[in-house]
Amino acid sequence: MRVVFSLMFLIAGVTCLAQIKSLPSVNVTTLEGNQFNFKNIDNNNNPIIISFWATWCKPCTKELNNIAEIYEDWQDETNVKLVAVSIDDRRSQSKVAPYVNSSGWEYEIYIDSNSDLKRAMGVTTVPHTFLLDKNKQIIWQHRGYVEGDEYELFDEILKL
Amino acid sequence: MKKLFLIALLFSSYSYAQEGEIHGDFQLNLQSYKDDARIGAIAPDEIILNNSFFNLIYSKGNFSTGVRYESYLNALLDYESEFQGNSIAYRYASYSLDNLDVTVGNYYEQFGSGLVFRTYENKGLGVDNAMDGVRIKYNILNSVDIKSFIGKSRTYLEYSDGIIRGIDFETNLFELLALENSTNLILGSSFVSRFQKDNNPKFNLPQNVGIYGLRSNLISGNFNYYLEYVHKYNDPAGSIADNSNNYASGNAIKTSLTYFQKGLGFSFDAHRVDNMEFRSERQQSKEYIINYIPTLSKQHSYTLLAFYPCATQSNGEIGFQSDLYYKFDRGTTFGGKYGTKININYSRVLALDGGSSIKNDSIDFTPTFFGSSNELFYSDLNLELIKKINSKLRVNSTLAFQKYNKDVLEGKLPGEYGIIESTIGVIDATYKLKRKHTLRAELQALLTDDDDGSWSMALVEYTMSPNWFFAIQDLYNFGNDDQKNHYFNFNFGYIKGSNRIEIGYGKKRAGIFCVGGVCKEVPSSNGFSLNISSSF
Repeated sequence: MRVVFSLMFLIAGVTCLAQIKSLPSVNVTTLEGNQFNFKNIDNNNNPIIISFWATWCKPCTKELNNIAEIYEDWQDETNVKLVAVSIDDRRSQSKVAPYVNSSGWEYEIYIDSNSDLKRAMGVTTVPHTFLLDKNKQIIWQHRGYVEGDEYELFDEILKL
Repeated sequence: MKKLFLIALLFSSYSYAQEGEIHGDFQLNLQSYKDDARIGAIAPDEIILNNSFFNLIYSKGNFSTGVRYESYLNALLDYESEFQGNSIAYRYASYSLDNLDVTVGNYYEQFGSGLVFRTYENKGLGVDNAMDGVRIKYNILNSVDIKSFIGKSRTYLEYSDGIIRGIDFETNLFELLALENSTNLILGSSFVSRFQKDNNPKFNLPQNVGIYGLRSNLISGNFNYYLEYVHKYNDPAGSIADNSNNYASGNAIKTSLTYFQKGLGFSFDAHRVDNMEFRSERQQSKEYIINYIPTLSKQHSYTLLAFYPCATQSNGEIGFQSDLYYKFDRGTTFGGKYGTKININYSRVLALDGGSSIKNDSIDFTPTFFGSSNELFYSDLNLELIKKINSKLRVNSTLAFQKYNKDVLEGKLPGEYGIIESTIGVIDATYKLKRKHTLRAELQALLTDDDDGSWSMALVEYTMSPNWFFAIQDLYNFGNDDQKNHYFNFNFGYIKGSNRIEIGYGKKRAGIFCVGGVCKEVPSSNGFSLNISSSF
């Protein structure tokens, strides 16, 4: 066991400069019920925001509702696209599409039913937001949401 | 397995030479305890307890490998004491090639809704029943997904005796028949079985027991309809006592219907469950469950709404829940200047008519299929209103009426507590002081004549985006004639990017806490806490 562990650390040591950059190859589900490999999300060489959320998570819905109010402006200025990944499990999954549509969100929605993508991207709690550059490399991430965090996110998008 | 994993790791370090990626996350949860006779908190001998996790994932192209180091020195009081010591409790290697996906080591899997099989982790609750073994996924004809696995399921830091095998098929029928159609009909079926040696001297127990499931999902435009049926064969896991032996089969049916359009959403979920607990070892406790029956009630996030939470009675229950979401447009009477959102949710769960098949022991008994008894387990009617008052102030308010059968839901003696009826109100107001400075206040009240009587809660939170937050809250049991306890808490934290540090001090109430559909009883406590979480 010790060998495994030290080996892992060796690898970690060697590669500590290479942080998570690209998207993992993990299947998620679309609202139409189809399987979709998440590494294939695309926005024609424009930035992408990935937001992990759940219908029962108040800060998550607050973040996505607040961005929804200014999303059109963000898109006009930067062509950014927001991809919202719901980690609702089967208890609340049937509420995702009704919630999204009643809220009038124009985001691309996926469901990560058993948290496979959440684990692969090192997300321990929701909300957790990532920003991808035009090459779909993760260049910024933020844990949690408090009012006003969207301004920092937008500043980061403008830097791209 | 250890050897195999080593090889995988060597492989990964070799392939790193051709550029790969390392990432992971870290969590530290430290809590100090002290005695507090007033709230019944008893400090453990250690005074300070710790749960920490470190995930490391290496990936390159379609190859990925990872480990999780878990440290319980010793486990927080919220956790079972069986979590003890340090362990690399999770390690895996996987690759995918031409529609074939192979995983060795640990993995999490779910078939359908999970009624047949689901392994998952929830660190907040101390749940992790990861499989250890081999899993293969294969996609044929671009439209049929086959998943198959064999392995043992984890409980605490060990693996169960039972060997679990499973296979699942899923296809999109219209895609399979190459029909141009905007409608999707997704059909699925699964079979899972458990082998466990019979070493019971008295009974001739079945060593192989099985469970199968059939499911369909029709998605057309704004409609979505889901139906699943599962059946469990003679699994004597229920109760094997000296003089009785239960081989009753079990079954469950789950259905949901949703409809949505812009500004409107509706969902309806129902299920009937009869003797459907499936465990990785017969005769074991709930920690060994490897299937999942989603709870039929809204998952509340406000403290007092989640005070008396519903928990699925997998031995037998029938119930439904329905949600309506509606947005009144801006400029209308109810919408006002910014629009108004409402969510109405109702759920009701009852006992099966005549009880569960688990009774089918010495008597030949089968409950009527769609009947329910008058015994209420849980009901919740709640109305949420979300309103932006002006550019600075936003208010969420909720009113709820709940009935909670404490005897059944907490496993007490019949008639010990009865049904707790409560009326709950929550007001959550957010006021923007400056562009990035926000003040938020919550006022909550739970009114009841039952159990410990009425409670109130007040919370004030000040946040400075994107780095700081401070919160104070007090939970007050004002309706308790014996002891009107206060549970005061103070928290502050610092967040930078993907690092988060939070320090807290206060008292926790003993009670049932539920996250992600799983509930557990936690003891009361009083002390400091330090939580660090980080991703890289």
